[in-house]
Amino acid sequence: MLGSFVGVLFDGFAYGMLLFLLSVGLSVTLGMMNFVNLAHCSFAMLGGYVTVTLMDRLGWPFFATLPVAFLAAAAASAALERALFRPLYRASDLDQCLLTIGIVFVSVAGAAYVYGTVQQPVQLPDYLRGAVTFGSLRFPVYRLFLIGAALVVTVVLVAALEHTRFGARVRAAVDNQRMARGLGIDVDGVFAVTFALGSGLAGLGGALAIEIVGLDPSFAFTYLIYVIIVVSVGGLASIGGSFVAATLLGISDMAGKYYVPQLGAFLIYLVMVGLLMWRPTGLFGRR
Amino acid sequence: MATVSLEALRGPHGYLRAQTRWRRTEIAFWLATLLPFLLFPSYLQLASQIAITALFAVSLDLILGYAGIVSLGHAAFFGLGAYAAGLISKFGWGEPLSGLVLASTLAGVAGYGASVVVVRFRHLALIMITLGMGLLLHEAANSASWLTGGADGLQGVRIRPLLELFSFDLWGRAAYAYALLMLFLTFLVARRVINSPFGLSLRGIRENAVRMPALGAPSRAHVRKVYTIAAVMAGMAGALLAQTTSTVSLEVLSFQRSADVLVILILGGAGRLYGGILGAILYMVARDQFSGINPQYWYFWIGLLLIAVVLFLPNGILGGLGRAAAWWRRVSP
Repeated sequence: MLGSFVGVLFDGFAYGMLLFLLSVGLSVTLGMMNFVNLAHCSFAMLGGYVTVTLMDRLGWPFFATLPVAFLAAAAASAALERALFRPLYRASDLDQCLLTIGIVFVSVAGAAYVYGTVQQPVQLPDYLRGAVTFGSLRFPVYRLFLIGAALVVTVVLVAALEHTRFGARVRAAVDNQRMARGLGIDVDGVFAVTFALGSGLAGLGGALAIEIVGLDPSFAFTYLIYVIIVVSVGGLASIGGSFVAATLLGISDMAGKYYVPQLGAFLIYLVMVGLLMWRPTGLFGRR
Repeated sequence: MATVSLEALRGPHGYLRAQTRWRRTEIAFWLATLLPFLLFPSYLQLASQIAITALFAVSLDLILGYAGIVSLGHAAFFGLGAYAAGLISKFGWGEPLSGLVLASTLAGVAGYGASVVVVRFRHLALIMITLGMGLLLHEAANSASWLTGGADGLQGVRIRPLLELFSFDLWGRAAYAYALLMLFLTFLVARRVINSPFGLSLRGIRENAVRMPALGAPSRAHVRKVYTIAAVMAGMAGALLAQTTSTVSLEVLSFQRSADVLVILILGGAGRLYGGILGAILYMVARDQFSGINPQYWYFWIGLLLIAVVLFLPNGILGGLGRAAAWWRRVSP
């Protein structure tokens, strides 16, 4: 009983860390420009497919593919930001929603065209397989690695936001965009870089997610819902909020699937709607 | 352009009265909807699907195009209506007209309940709440398989012939007549609502929800009303689908259906009443023509189309046509 409880807690936490990686970029960019980017998970999916392609067809080692997944997603998002998103910063929510849903449709169909609709396999290196046993408790190595990676990213992100000049600009742009512009901060430039970094993190998350949740073209839709739940519950532009929300969501999703499987995803949506009704700006939102 | 300034001289009532006048193109359009009976008798089943989708799109237009409420979960009411109509007939009440009224009333009650929640939100939270409620209902219907049949769909839907005279057969003659009549009647209601002072204040809410109460129009009460009306119409569309096809599957509640109707409305032109109908015709006919291709690639083109409409055709096809007509009037005096 206790063993299964700890197992659920551990798996849920690892899953939550994955959701955090996928969603933290969207949280920051949404907070800065109020741009409703529903295509965020398409960049994550791109990262996943880059990893699969490099490992499967070119025989790269798993770790070497991760930076490439990050860079590919970042580059693709930077190009799209320039070409499609920038004209719509002042457009309505609806237009932004529709444009990015259009991108999701295109990316899902594109992935299905190139890779088919089957689940993509990933061959982990031997040292990431297996599990660490601790008494009667069993902790898979890959999940430990995932948690470690997410914690490292969190520390780096918080440090970069709090202690660098660029981070100060980002915070200024989030707090008051007009004032930041007035002080001579190039908000569009800062946003472009933040957007690329956030999408890059999503790409990294997508690459790391294959082992846990698999990868097929519907990824961009399925995880979009989770990511948006994390962002709207955690509050915009709040790394701590995203972290807590992702952890809560990961653990409650795992617990729901383990203890009341007949309810399916019902519980998650109920929790989301309830939380939003209680606090429309999210748990840690300021606006 | 000269007519507009004349209307302005006659004041708001003159403006509203001028809006309600039937134009020749409108009458021609509604007469043309009868053509499928003569020209395409083998496509009447498709025509009835188009009419149902158009009704659904018009209902979304009321809340999105006029009141400015973005909803990613409008299929919730469509699905409620469909399941209600299906269940009513399954439990022995197969008469279609009363089933339709019951099903749309139920959707309306649910819509009123949802509207109380929906009016409290704007922007991202609003999109998330509507999406969340849609997903919630989908999951609920999936879990309650003892009632809904779950993923297998509802079994045992039996619909009696319309007025005990016209049965819903494979040819779809009764189906199209029934759906078209309902579309026309609800369209009349929607047209009346939009061209009333109430409809004007809805447009005011869309433009500035904070200012309208200051002008003496209660935003929240107005939004609750129009949301309920839209839910009744969406429920009616769902019930029509259930009755004319005698099947109800989980798909009626899916996110895909909410997204599709949004695409249809945007493609045709939101805030224009006829936009949803035009969009439904184009979308359904195109999907029927390209039904040979894999649905996944179908969404590739839909995605490209969405991007193009947002970037180049902000008010959909009808908006583009309107601008072209205005340009034509300018260059040829």
